[in-house]
Amino acid sequence: MAGNNKISFSDTELLRFITAGSVDDGKSTLIGRLLYDSKSIFEDQLSSITNTSHKRGMTDVDLSLLTDGLQAEREQGITIDVAYRYFATPKRKFIIADTPGHEQYTRNMVTGASTANLAIILIDARKGVLTQSRRHAYLASLMGIPHLVVAINKMDLVGYSSDVVKKISQEFAEFAAKLGLENIVYIPMSALNGDMVVERGDNLSWYKGSTLMEVLENTPIDNDINLEDFRFPVQLVCRPKTKEFHDFRGYMGRIESGQISVGDEVTVFPSGLSSRIKEIVTYDGLLDHAFAPQSVTLTIEDHLDISRGDMLVKTENAPHVSKKINTILCWLSEVALDPKRKYLLKHSARIVKAGVSKIDYRVDINTLSHEAVDTLKMNDIGCVELNVQQPLACDDYQKNHATGSFIVVDEASNNTVAAGMICPANK
Amino acid sequence: MDILINDKQDFITPVPGIMMKNESVIIKRRTEDQLSHLDVLESESIHILREVAAECVNPALLFSGGKDSIVLLRLAEKAFRPGPFPFPLLHIDTGHNFPEVIEFRDRRAKELGERLIVRSMEDSIKQGRVVLRSENQSRNSFQSVTLLDSIAELELDACIGGARRDEEKARAKERIFSFRDEFGQWDPKNQRPELWDIYNTRVHKGENIRVFPISNWTELDVWEYIAREKLEVPHIYFAHNRDVYRRENGLLPVSHLVQPKDGEQSENIMVRFRTVGDMSCTCPVESDAANVEEIITETAITHITERGATRMDDQTSDASMELRKKEGYF
Repeated sequence: MAGNNKISFSDTELLRFITAGSVDDGKSTLIGRLLYDSKSIFEDQLSSITNTSHKRGMTDVDLSLLTDGLQAEREQGITIDVAYRYFATPKRKFIIADTPGHEQYTRNMVTGASTANLAIILIDARKGVLTQSRRHAYLASLMGIPHLVVAINKMDLVGYSSDVVKKISQEFAEFAAKLGLENIVYIPMSALNGDMVVERGDNLSWYKGSTLMEVLENTPIDNDINLEDFRFPVQLVCRPKTKEFHDFRGYMGRIESGQISVGDEVTVFPSGLSSRIKEIVTYDGLLDHAFAPQSVTLTIEDHLDISRGDMLVKTENAPHVSKKINTILCWLSEVALDPKRKYLLKHSARIVKAGVSKIDYRVDINTLSHEAVDTLKMNDIGCVELNVQQPLACDDYQKNHATGSFIVVDEASNNTVAAGMICPANK
Repeated sequence: MDILINDKQDFITPVPGIMMKNESVIIKRRTEDQLSHLDVLESESIHILREVAAECVNPALLFSGGKDSIVLLRLAEKAFRPGPFPFPLLHIDTGHNFPEVIEFRDRRAKELGERLIVRSMEDSIKQGRVVLRSENQSRNSFQSVTLLDSIAELELDACIGGARRDEEKARAKERIFSFRDEFGQWDPKNQRPELWDIYNTRVHKGENIRVFPISNWTELDVWEYIAREKLEVPHIYFAHNRDVYRRENGLLPVSHLVQPKDGEQSENIMVRFRTVGDMSCTCPVESDAANVEEIITETAITHITERGATRMDDQTSDASMELRKKEGYF
């Protein structure tokens, strides 16, 4: 795959990113270029798209075909939400959540963004900052994506002009400031010709910043995970009851945020009872310290009644515990929100019934203005207050993605109908 | 935020009393604060397996003896030890598997002390549920019939499989928890949105979920993990001499099922298998990689996709995998 056979990948980091933009912005070409120039394209893939390019009467290979979809999509002219793509360089492994830009952009981008460290927002240099660019910036800020790259593409069509770049980045920065987005990287590029994607190319010598690949490889992601607030939702209780492990009672789960050491005092929510960490058990042996996102098994000093869905936290650092939560909902289903109905809410390892107590407003994602509504339809984003049957131990999403997020499931159809983020009340 | 995660060279100590492996306990050393990509992928997979165990009523883990399901077994050990696996292992045997893989399958299940259920396509053929055009025809796509029958018979609501998204473009669009209707069908247009790592496992009676805990792993990740965990794999993954003949772009292994046609000349060369499936449609690649490290090097510099080189049934058309999945295949 990569050109050097001495490469060791075993100690590399993993970066997940999303590309936001429509086909017209050259998104598929950009992804194709990233894969092609990083030598992540295989010969059989290349020969397949070369054949298709020639069949369609093109002389050059159309790199956008690398992200071409399924038969079902081609037949019906639709695009199925998110496709995941993988490539690696000696520095990092990458997972791209490739989401189509046109249809259902909110639903798709929210889905892809939910796991991303970084978003690339594509802007066509000829067209500048459009409504959809603002939309993408808003969704990136809403989903709390830590790093943002604005790729000003198709520079070949504006004579590689630095003035164009200056104008676009100023305009975008003004809008982004209103959203509280910081640390945005602007990169002029031509995905078609390969300028500033992986190679620098010959056409943008005035630009002294990083190429896109340099940004992807070097953006620090250590701080993307919250390491301050220890949150450990219990997924399973392990009681083997074998001779060897007769009295073993371990709480299995993944450290969603923060870190923990043997001897630390922990409190269990929702019961509020406390104990100390006795052991941090893994298949590979005991640890005396562990941190997010490690999956471990914890044992505690005292015998407490703890079951799936409970959350262990450090006693001095507690989450909110409430039966009333203020949320931002992204509605994902074709069937609109029915405020009279009860839904299932899955938050970390806990499933509770939930009902709507009030819909504060819907966000017009083009203007960011608030509108009074009595329901949410597919692709709507709204501020909704929910009542839950049992208290939830949770944090604000912007502070802690893992304990601030949830999904809403329709109990009748079993479909996932909304993505939710917990936010401070009265905002 | 400026936090030093680890100020000690090694914070994993050997465990007196708790021996979870047959060998001595591995002492891990970490010189960096950051988890490696393999650590992150491993933890994600463990989290997924535990969600299945907690929420699904009657799951099974599909174990074929291939490298991906071998990795799944290690992940299940990491997820559930010191307890037993909360599900049986299930193999859909086409009757055309490589004998050494079947031997490996049985031995591995025994070593783990876990229950292995085998359902065979021979039975489906005898019962008239599968009708083959010829005895030696590839049985890969007919696995779906036996699989769906087994799901019904064992009343499974979840099947855990080792499929990865980097294998094929239909897989690239599939969820980690992939919903199948009462006919076992995958509807790519009608998938449940999957956000963060909060999984919707709910099904009605008769429907099921296919769960792919290593969705985000690549072929290279799998081999690196096999190296790191020192996992045994069937010998046919390593370079060996074998009678093969060339057809179109691939090599076909000579066996009682597959014989050269007139004009095709068999030859004995060094090959290895990158995937192990049905003998009649799994092709080896020319290779002299004799151990896991050499396979990693070879995988890192290969120029052909895993399935492109090795699966006849994926080359019949652009959408072969997509069509098979819609019929209930993995």
